[in-house]
Order: sequence, then structure tokens, then C-alpha cells
Amino acid sequence: MANKILVFIEQRNGQIKKSSSEAVKAASKLAAQLSFTAEAVTVGAEIENFSAVSNYGIQKVVHYKHSSLENYSASAYTSLVADYAKNIDADILFFANTSIGKDLAPKVAVKLDAGIAMDCVSLNYDNNIITATRPVFAGKALIDVRINKSKKIFTLRPNVFNTGTPSAESAEVSIVNVENPVLSDKVIEIKKSDGKLDVAEASIIVSGGRGLKGPENFHLVEELAQVLGGAFGASRAVVDAGWRPHSEQVGQTGKTVSPNLYIALGISGAIQHLAGMRSSKYIVAINKDKDAPIFQAADYGIVGDVFEIVPALIEEIKKIKS
Amino acid sequence: MKIAVCVSHVPDTATKINIGSDGKKIDPTGVTYIINPYDEFAVEEALKTKEKFGGETVAICVGDDAVKETLRKALAMGIDNAVLLKDSIYRDSISIAKALADEIKNQNADLVFFGKQSVDYDNSITGQLTAELLGYNCVTVVVGFQLEGNKIIAEREVEGGKEIVETSLPAVITAQKGLNEPRYASLKGIMAAKKKVIEEKPLPPAENYVEIIAMKKPAPKQPGKIIGTDSSAVPELVRLLHEEAKVI
Ligand SMILES: Cc1cc2nc3c(=O)[nH]c(=O)nc-3n(C[C@H](O)[C@H](O)[C@H](O)COP(=O)(O)OP(=O)(O)OC[C@H]3O[C@@H](n4cnc5c(N)ncnc54)[C@H](O)[C@@H]3O)c2cc1C
Ligand SMILES: Nc1ncnc2c1ncn2[C@@H]1O[C@H](COP(=O)(O)O)[C@@H](O)[C@H]1O
Repeated sequence: MANKILVFIEQRNGQIKKSSSEAVKAASKLAAQLSFTAEAVTVGAEIENFSAVSNYGIQKVVHYKHSSLENYSASAYTSLVADYAKNIDADILFFANTSIGKDLAPKVAVKLDAGIAMDCVSLNYDNNIITATRPVFAGKALIDVRINKSKKIFTLRPNVFNTGTPSAESAEVSIVNVENPVLSDKVIEIKKSDGKLDVAEASIIVSGGRGLKGPENFHLVEELAQVLGGAFGASRAVVDAGWRPHSEQVGQTGKTVSPNLYIALGISGAIQHLAGMRSSKYIVAINKDKDAPIFQAADYGIVGDVFEIVPALIEEIKKIKS
Repeated sequence: MKIAVCVSHVPDTATKINIGSDGKKIDPTGVTYIINPYDEFAVEEALKTKEKFGGETVAICVGDDAVKETLRKALAMGIDNAVLLKDSIYRDSISIAKALADEIKNQNADLVFFGKQSVDYDNSITGQLTAELLGYNCVTVVVGFQLEGNKIIAEREVEGGKEIVETSLPAVITAQKGLNEPRYASLKGIMAAKKKVIEEKPLPPAENYVEIIAMKKPAPKQPGKIIGTDSSAVPELVRLLHEEAKVI
């Protein structure tokens, strides 16, 4: 017991992600309740924006650095993070529940013989016990879980924990140069999906469904997403029809998203679609069928034709943006 | 080559979830169980790999007698053998992974396919845990897989794109939709699967690291506001999003 929480900070292309700021803030909050200290570890090559995490109540960030560590490598990252956690005898580890966090956290858990709770949407500390809440059955239910092990790992769903305002105090960043990291798996190429924002990371998402009538009409979805500075997604029906790629699919067998604003255009709101987006902060539905189940999940709705409503919506948003 | 595929038995995705009387699990009354959708991609990739390089395939599942149905589904698709690691109580992911790792060792399998996620508890960790327990390489959320000798090139889906990962056997691969098109079981396959013996092995008691305290339904949402039925409602919608919700 060193009374420490360790947060894994994730970078891609040298940029620390917002989900890591959220994890750091959540860790420092829990640390205050437990009278623990919180610190962080990251792995990568050059990292530019330590400011994204250094003012959220942690004292220290250790950066394991080597040019070959710029991209994620499960083997190299696992041993660096697990060894460091052992080194400082961390009791609790936090990760963001991202594609790196989901891959890395369970591997580190095995190395530390820790219990692990994934995709937590809230953490409670009461009577000396930490209880985590996580969605199961694609959000149709929630479970409260406790880890019965002295070492505990939690991964946090992005966009759920607030960062609040940064404090004036800043963490000290220390760089540890790694000599010849062993990479028994490595990224040899990255295929970016043409610079567009990924639905899993966006704070505003506009999704289109079969109500758009054909792939040629998806420019409406894209334009609305663009004026809002958001990403665009799709229902499975249109992915299966080949109108949109699977990487855009939102739902139980697509991506789970929780943006601040989710706009569903011509989507009926099948249970498997709702599973992927119902934890969004605000949901807007535009559908011409007033009985479409999507309206049950929506905060605001317009019962109408997407081909009439969406162009008007784009114009109206342009007005307030200018 | 020995190829293993780990499959789980889960409620159909269209199932309405009711909480059981213990307040910790779902009420199974009227629930249809199926092979976990992602595990069908895992089974298909195991079959394709065997067709290309030869060898033997085995499906493994931790669970009670009911999961035999899912193992039979894997057999009907063409998997050679099935092992049921039998237990009737709740096990957490680490406990399942330990049982799977022991059996994979026992089977001498050096390539193991998992689904990326079970659509029941949505943990997305069993493949990674098992790989780490075995000391195998591991690539998750895979949408493209190639094997050449010992070398693996796997395409992994990440935020904003794909990563092409190079690694080697022995390895665990977790399958994402898009990896392949799972085949339908042929009538002949279904008949043959009925006759096959599922090997059953009892498991020692579980040590769960993670305990479920309670299961609950998400708080019901306030019914939404229908703002209007044509484009005249648009300015009001934008005002609400801007001033009330403050999201744009
Ligand atoms: C195992 C399994 C997993 C699944 N996983 C997913 C998943 O991950 N994601 C997912 O989305 N689905 C998933 N589904 C599919 C899901 O059940 C639905 O079939 C799908 O979501 C329907 O897509 P849709 O809403 O675009 O189409 P539809 O259900 O056909 O709805 C189209 C809607 O558009 C409206 N509309 C039509 N014309 C207009 C117009 N001009 N203006 C306005 N509205 C209009 C209609 O009123 C209708 O409500 C899954 C299903 C299964 C069995
Ligand atoms: N009880 C089980 N028996 C065998 N394999 C399992 C079991 N539970 C999960 N798996 C495998 O692990 C994958 C991920 O599951 P999970 O970590 O529970 O989301 C599944 O797609 C299966 O391949």
C-alpha cells in the first residue's frame, strides 16, 4: 500500500487525448477522498500538450520516451506501465476506455494480479469501499461492481467524467528515455479514414438512417455535422446496405458513443441502435413517423421529412454560428 | 497447427432486459440465447485459417449445460471439436480467462480467436486477459488477418482509422465485425454436430476478483419534446439547443 492512484495518459501523434484529461481529473478527485496521491504515466515519442493533464490535481507525470514508442505496441506499453505501477506500488490504476485503454488495461491487470472494471460511468467512495457503475447489455442495464483485490483497475468511459476547470498548480513532467524497447507487436502502417472526426471521439454526432433513402443523400448528414463541427455516423441498416462504411455504425454491434449532442436523421430507433447512443447527453430526432421509437429516447424531436428539415437546420445553425 | 476459438453464449441483442429477483442478474425467463455475434467472426476466421494451412480446430466455452447449444453452433459451422469447461455459477472475466488459458495450454493451441466483446456484460477483456496469462501476443478488434509462417499481419480498428500490426505466433486475435462473412451452418453440418461429443471438464471453484453488487435499470428518460412537424420548428429547435441545452 503506497496510497497511490496511477493514471495512464494516452497520446496519439504526440497529442494527449481529452479522455486522458478526464481520467486524470477523476483520479485526483478519488485520491482526495481516499487521502491518496495521484500521478500519471505515459508512453510515446515527442509529446506536445502536457498542459492537457498537468493542471488537474496530479503531482507528477512520468513519460517513457523512445521514437519507436510513438505508436501503440501492446507488448512494450504493457511492460512499461505494469513495471512502473509495481515500482511505485500503485494501488489503483485508471485508464480511459478507448481502443488503447481497452487493449492495455486488462494486460496490465494480469501483470499486477489486479481486479478490473471496464467502461465505468461513475465511481463512488463510501465506507472505505469503491463502487463502480458500468453499463451492461448495451446500456439496457447498469451494474454496480466492487473489486475484491488490493490492486484495482478502472477504465472510464470517455465524455462522461467532467474535467472541470484546471487548477493553477502544475505537475512535474519527468522524461525517462527507454533504451531499445522490446516490441513483439508493432504498428507498421496507419490507415487514416480521410481526416474526418471519428464518432467514438466526437462531442457532436449526426447520424443518418434508412430515412435518407440512398447513399447520394448522405451529404445532408455530412453538411449538418460539418456546420456543427461534429462527426457523422450511421445506422446498421445503411451500413448493411453498403451506403456507409462499418466504421461509422453506431449501436450494439457498432460504436458506443456518448456525445453531448446526438442527432438522429431518419433513424427508427431500434433497440440495438439505442444501445449505442442512449447515454448521449442530448438527443435530437428527426423522423416523419411520430410513433418511431427514437422519439422515446429523444430530448427534442421534429416529426417531419429530413429532406425539408435538414437544409433549414443547416441554414439556421450557420446563422447562429456567424 | 492447432487453432482454438473461445465462444460465449449470450442473450439475443433484441432481448428486453428484466432484472432477476436477486437484484444482481437478469431474469432469464423468456430470453433467447445465441452464440455471441462477434464469436461468429472468430469461428469463421478459425475455419478459414484451417482451410488454408491445415490443422485442427477446437471451440471452448466456460459455462453450464445450456452453453452446449452455442458449442454445437460452432461445430455445425465446421469446428472439429468442442470443450465445455463446466460450472454453473457466475464467474468474472479473470476467472473465465484462467480456465480458458489452462485449456488452451492443454490443447497446445498456438492461434486463438476470440470475439472482441461479449454482448452481455460488454467487458471486452477476456481475449487480452487470456493472452497475457499465456504469454501470447495479442491483437484486438481485428478486421483483417493474414498468417505467413509464424508471422501475423492484423488490421485493427481504432478511433479515426486502422492500424496494421505485425506480430507472431503464438497469438490471440479478437474479432470485430468486418473481419469476414460468417458462413451459415449447412444441414449436413448441423446433423454432424448433433452426433459429436462435447468434451466436458468440471472447473475448480472460482475466485472472483470482481463482484456484482447490484443490477439496475437506467433511470427512465423524461419524454422528449416534440417541437413541431415541419421546418417552421427549426428556429425553436436551434434556440433550445443553444440556450437550454447549451450544446451548440
Ligand atoms: C444482432 C443485431 C445487431 C444489430 N446492431 C445494430 C447496430 O449496432 N446499430 C444499428 O443501428 N442497428 C443494429 N441492428 C439493426 C436494428 O435492429 C435496425 O434494423 C436498424 O437500426 C434500422 O436502421 P434504420 O433506423 O436506419 O432503418 P429503419 O428501421 O428502416 O428506419 C428508417 C426510419 O426513417 C424514417 N423515415 C423514412 N423516410 C423519412 C424521411 N423522408 N424523413 C424522415 N424520416 C424518414 C422512417 O419513419 C423510419 O423510422 C442490429 C440488429 C441485430 C439483429
Ligand atoms: N464464458 C466464456 N467462455 C468462452 N469464451 C468466452 C467466455 N466469455 C467470453 N469469452 C470470449 O471472450 C470474448 C470477449 O468477451 P468479454 O470480455 O466478456 O466481452 C468473447 O467474444 C468470447 O470470445
